[in-house]
Amino acid sequence: MLQYVVKRLLSTIPVLFGISLLLFFMLRMLPGDPAQVLAGQMATPEEIENIRHQLGLDRPIHVQYAFFLSRLALFDLGRSARTQNPVTEEIWARLPNTILLAVVAIALACLFGIPAGIVSAVRPYTWTDYVVTFSALFGISMPVFWLGLMLVVVFSVMLNWLPAGGTGSWKHVILPSLTLAALMVAFIARMTRASMIEVLSQDYTTTARSKGLKEQVVIIKHALKNALIPIITVVGLQFGLLLGGAVLTETVFAWPGLGRLIVDSILARDYPVIQGAILVFGLLYILVNLIVDLVYAYVDPRIRYE
Amino acid sequence: MNKRTQTSARPPQDRPPEGKLRRGWAKLRRNKAALFGGILILIYLATALLAPVLFPGNPSAPNLARSLERPSLEHPLGTDELGRSILGRIIYGSRVSLLIAVGVILVGLLVGVPLGLVSGYYGGKIDFGIQRVTDTMLAFPGFLLALALVAVLGVGLKNTVISVGISMVPMYIRLVRGCALSVREQVYVEAARAVGTRDVVILLRHILPNVMVPITVQTSLGMGMAILFAAGLGFLGVGVQPPTPEWGTMLGSGRVYLFNSPHVATFPGIAIFLAVLGFNLSGDGLRDVLDPRFRI
Repeated sequence: MLQYVVKRLLSTIPVLFGISLLLFFMLRMLPGDPAQVLAGQMATPEEIENIRHQLGLDRPIHVQYAFFLSRLALFDLGRSARTQNPVTEEIWARLPNTILLAVVAIALACLFGIPAGIVSAVRPYTWTDYVVTFSALFGISMPVFWLGLMLVVVFSVMLNWLPAGGTGSWKHVILPSLTLAALMVAFIARMTRASMIEVLSQDYTTTARSKGLKEQVVIIKHALKNALIPIITVVGLQFGLLLGGAVLTETVFAWPGLGRLIVDSILARDYPVIQGAILVFGLLYILVNLIVDLVYAYVDPRIRYE
Repeated sequence: MNKRTQTSARPPQDRPPEGKLRRGWAKLRRNKAALFGGILILIYLATALLAPVLFPGNPSAPNLARSLERPSLEHPLGTDELGRSILGRIIYGSRVSLLIAVGVILVGLLVGVPLGLVSGYYGGKIDFGIQRVTDTMLAFPGFLLALALVAVLGVGLKNTVISVGISMVPMYIRLVRGCALSVREQVYVEAARAVGTRDVVILLRHILPNVMVPITVQTSLGMGMAILFAAGLGFLGVGVQPPTPEWGTMLGSGRVYLFNSPHVATFPGIAIFLAVLGFNLSGDGLRDVLDPRFRI
């Protein structure tokens, strides 16, 4: 196991290196002087000169990259061109909100998606199955931001049950997390169905049935446990979709998270914050997939020996 | 959609060889979901092509005296904040989204397919290099990658196409590389190499045709995704800019009037949904017919 963990950790290094290169060249691809870009449009000549010197922009490009890496290693991402606060501070203030939203959304998605997939798999090619498969496809085709707005129209404008946006109480979490979960429910239900159908045709399921176990026990204890592995993977892979959806959902519900921060920063051309937010999104995604792979290897020992 | 097929009960030897295409078509026709998807796509294409016939007049000309009207006989879907017909803007918006989706797929195919072919066929250092770049791009969720590219390139229609297109590239590279890897070892490729056929010819004549099926399926699903991504960028205000009628941008500006005039944001969303649903349904149907291996 330890060997696998080390191998898997090492495999993230090229990707981390790639991300650092991407962020480094992102600023240099913009027209104009990177120091000017980082300082923002309102900066004074001294401020620009200061940044130029700080980042070593007057040195050769490989020295600049080394500077950039050493600052990254210290989590020094510069200051926001808008607020002048350190970028790390801006990100830390928003990150917990995005994580809260993501965790609640994943929980909701599993809560609805897995049972829907099981029901669909147990009765394939029946009305129940068609309803689940169709709803899943509807969920995948629906623009998240539109779903969010429609939920606001129904639950905030018409029924006046829930707040239309902002934070403060558990009531504020319901609509954004439901919106975000909708997309994932669809993927989880589809994967659960496919995985369960396969497991239900295996010999050990037949054995479990033939020794007279109750159908519920067969499905939950024998089939679901084995079907769970691909489902876990899909949850991990869809986490990326969730982060992308978070950008849109946070905008709809004025939710002060990382997604909203990145959109505001793009609109304000606040490049230090854009860089930092992209970095954190990339790291989060890598981290989640790392965890999923490790859980996977823990649950299914065969994977470690491949 | 998974459908039970009656033909699968017959052993394969009984089937006439020329019936392969016809059987596929019959299977696709029996798949009602795919058929419905196809109809949605046809309506979408027809709307885009016939826009000036369906809505004579300029969809972007403001008429402030009639702003934010509810649906009526004259304006079946109501008017927006500048008094423009929402129906007219949705009809013309289909042109914009179709243009974007086709452009995005072209970027994805033109960059992704050659890189995937080369990566899978040659292997070695080239493959390693291309795969590390792909890994890095895949470290970002697709929509975020497009958003990051927009941050660098700037807003507008052209940059939306480039950004969303590039975000699709790693998907095509992976898909094509996988196929190229498995075909590379086939006897007919070895034979072609043995008689001294040039690599370019091998790639185009022997490997590319084998990749066509997964590419076709992926392209149908990719069209839907392109429409969703572009609309998402428009909604955030970093995609196609007004006054061009773009569905996502329309939704974004309608958001402000949600409380008193929810119709402004509702209808463009339905248009996006139906177009994407069409491509997803037919993509799923095509996968069932052409490529049963990838069934989910």
